[in-house]
Amino acid sequence: MKTIKNIGLVIFLIGLATFASLTVIGTFKVTPEIVDDYLTAKNIQSEIFINDINNTLVNKEFNGISGLAAVVSSTLENANAQHRKNKEYNKVIYTKPSDMAAEIGKKSGTGFIVENKGLMWFFTFGFGIIGALLFIVPNVIFLGKKGIKNDGIYHENATNRGWIAWLVFIFLVSFYIILYFFSEYTVNWTYLVDPISESLSGNPAGHWFVYGFMYCVVMSVMAVRMYIKYRHNTYQMVRTTSVLFFQIVFAFLIPEIMVRLQMPYYDFKNAFPLDYDFFFQWNIKSLINTGGIGLFILVWGIVLTLVIVPVMVYFFGKRWYCSWVCGCGGLAETLGDPYRQHSSKSLFSWKVERWLVHLVLVFAVAMTAMTLYSFFTDANTVLGIKTQTVQNSYSILIGAVFAGVIGTGFYPIFGNRVWCRFGCPLAAYLGFVQRFKSRFRITTNGGQCISCGNCSTYCEQGIDVRAYAQKGENIVRSSCVGCGVCSAVCPRGVLKLENGPEEGRINPTQVLLGNDVDLMDLVNKK
Amino acid sequence: MEHIVIIGNGIAGVSAARHIRKLSDKKITIVSAETEYFFSRTALMYVYMGHMKFKHIQPYENWFWKKNRIDLVQGYVTKIDANRKEIVLENTTISYDKLIIATGSKPNKFGWPGQDLQGVQGLYSKQDLDNLEKNAPNKEQCKRAVIVGGGLIGIEMAEMLRSRKIPVTFLVREESFWNGVLPKGESALINEHIEEHHIDLRLGTNLKEIIADEHGCAKAVVTDKGDTIACTVVGLTAGVSPNVDFLKETDIEIGRGVLVNRFLETNNKDIYAIGDCAEQREAIGQRRTIEAVWYTGRMMGETVAQTICGNPLEYKPGHWFNSAKFLDIEYQTYGWVFSEQSKNEYEEHFHWRHAKEKICITIAFHKETKQFLGINTFGIRMRHAIFDRWLTQEKNMDYVMEYLKDANFDPEFYKQYESEIISKYNATYGTTITAKKKSWKRIFNNV
Repeated sequence: MKTIKNIGLVIFLIGLATFASLTVIGTFKVTPEIVDDYLTAKNIQSEIFINDINNTLVNKEFNGISGLAAVVSSTLENANAQHRKNKEYNKVIYTKPSDMAAEIGKKSGTGFIVENKGLMWFFTFGFGIIGALLFIVPNVIFLGKKGIKNDGIYHENATNRGWIAWLVFIFLVSFYIILYFFSEYTVNWTYLVDPISESLSGNPAGHWFVYGFMYCVVMSVMAVRMYIKYRHNTYQMVRTTSVLFFQIVFAFLIPEIMVRLQMPYYDFKNAFPLDYDFFFQWNIKSLINTGGIGLFILVWGIVLTLVIVPVMVYFFGKRWYCSWVCGCGGLAETLGDPYRQHSSKSLFSWKVERWLVHLVLVFAVAMTAMTLYSFFTDANTVLGIKTQTVQNSYSILIGAVFAGVIGTGFYPIFGNRVWCRFGCPLAAYLGFVQRFKSRFRITTNGGQCISCGNCSTYCEQGIDVRAYAQKGENIVRSSCVGCGVCSAVCPRGVLKLENGPEEGRINPTQVLLGNDVDLMDLVNKK
Repeated sequence: MEHIVIIGNGIAGVSAARHIRKLSDKKITIVSAETEYFFSRTALMYVYMGHMKFKHIQPYENWFWKKNRIDLVQGYVTKIDANRKEIVLENTTISYDKLIIATGSKPNKFGWPGQDLQGVQGLYSKQDLDNLEKNAPNKEQCKRAVIVGGGLIGIEMAEMLRSRKIPVTFLVREESFWNGVLPKGESALINEHIEEHHIDLRLGTNLKEIIADEHGCAKAVVTDKGDTIACTVVGLTAGVSPNVDFLKETDIEIGRGVLVNRFLETNNKDIYAIGDCAEQREAIGQRRTIEAVWYTGRMMGETVAQTICGNPLEYKPGHWFNSAKFLDIEYQTYGWVFSEQSKNEYEEHFHWRHAKEKICITIAFHKETKQFLGINTFGIRMRHAIFDRWLTQEKNMDYVMEYLKDANFDPEFYKQYESEIISKYNATYGTTITAKKKSWKRIFNNV
């Protein structure tokens, strides 16, 4: 059994290493047609750039994308610098060099990788999936009888912030930095999934398709792990199935198929303000321009945020979104589950959390207000601040760095819900509803709590659940995503997630059963 | 300012301190020899098993004590001088106005030969946890462990050692696990479950002696059945008794524990005793005079705080309840369900067990009046508030069956067994009860 796990690990690591090496290997041959097509498609006016790029790039062969990217970047900067100097602003090219390199690179790839997409898929994704499953599935026997099996979590290097955790941290952070800021290095990855992309949307894959596909694969494999680990707990089984379904169908398949049907790319479950660019000018325009379906999406997006989301939170708590539907939550609950214990439970972290998450919400709302103002008035600035600048800073700071690089990259060290807890503006919004107007609570079962701390330790949102349970208080916290793990790990059956009447939901008095009535009356009076 | 000194920083002492602070501005000092900060004793096992680190089983962050002006003194109390109203530590004395003794328990040792050898230990204190980490760090260094005593700590210790794949032999004096407390159906279920976990369970077996090797370490145990079992660690888990030896020289009256009245006062009016170490002069209801249970420690702390802060209050622990976890099986009990050995002649049991899973319940009721007396559940969680209410309202068995769904506390989407339970009940007693749908209104409105 141990051998199977080890073989799985080796296969997985080979797949991972192959995948990582694809960022630097491969042959890229730039033909004149590729450059011509690109220049035409982008309507590039700069004669300096056109001239230079024909000298530096055309008919050249590069080993690894970095050489090509360097040439594109220097050519582009040189041309732009000259135009700026000559005040020929209409000739300045605003495309990011990395996007340009990615796009030209994608067309120029030759050789083994491009000619053997299926095989290369198997060596990377295939090995990763097979290896991971070989590592995970033996746990059916390895973990023993069904039940909570957290044995050794704090003895294992990988789950106790040892060097393996730090390696995973570095890997994930690097992955997200490449994905968001250096997409030219993903060109080889896009080849692997070209056949899949073409069969879905009809288009070759871009790096976001790679990410979406990979997201589904990672979630599916890690969902198998969840199914095995929590096979005694129906709530976890159903919930895991739900997040997986919404990721694969709503976040991945439907948008791709919509593109094939000439409709806008849209994830129907991605609610504003998590979907922060929903009201951006380009999005609204593109929705309006696609006619009926676009208008439907526009209305749906607004209704989703203003009506569906809060009403559902009223009935079920924010868990219906955060741990049953959301993609970020879905990854956190599958890939992130082994790291849930790392969220800090200190009072200090709670203070930081409240400031940060609400500031991001304010940021998102303010930015959207500016965006809409600009949209309807055609003014580029609001109170002297350029709307575009605010949008760009939000996209980079919150959308890329916070949600991606930090949100997922920090899993192995700071737990699996860093983004959801400290950064997600939608979570902050749902949190208000959950805290002040909802039927959801985690009921504490009278006086059964023994203050062991399993609930607090395994709370991914860093809620000190025990602090409430040991006082007999129900847990009604805006940050609770209702993953149900506190209830699962409780050895004494103290916690139950439930949707009940609002009255009596918050019981801040120390109602500890056991003490007979007159003492409790007295304690409660104080 | 009145100075309240509390000996012991367990749940009883800390609850007392917290509630005194809530109610007053008195100076509060907690003395403990065991650890600097309060921790949850019941969670020690999870540290060894790697579910948590030691810091996680400390319910309050370290700044809590200073913020709440609760002084912590680490030291061992050797003597109490009640005349001068001071306690004597190894190298200092602390004077008090009111003293609360909350020193908890110590593991029982019954004079077995070899009981003090290296590698022989209980599982009660932080020091015991540290010792187990030394004695049984892994299965290479600890080839086998023998656990003596079939109670809650024994089975926890077995679970701990098994989490590191250490072979365990479990000597249980009784003919079936914990059958002094559990009815036989439940006890049998746990026997099976212990063996499923590859624990070598030896029922009806007593420890005769522990044999030493040349270094004074335990190397084997001899049972009363004549078996010699080679091992490197021996866990002594034959119950606990009040930790009151240091009071023997004083005028404080002790029986097995510190004798207290219902106000938790000892025979000295400025000295109180709470928690595991306190012994009620007269039993409260059917409770034992000494209860080494987490929540009774907490409740005594809350009660004594009221008394000390000028609101004299009797300790009234209410309806009995408790819970435990036997390996993978959760156990809860509300009211009294006695084992065959100790049950009253009017007590009848209704037992239901799942055909395949390790799930069962036993409900005790009065033979004639059918009054509901108590319930044991294994593998099903139940709602404390509901059973507490039904016990107070003296509901009868038919009522309990009819509204059993209100009491279910299992997580959402769990399979529910009420209909199966009720159909067995109907078949047994010739009733025609149908289960009422769960009602929030009934659950929350005390009807």
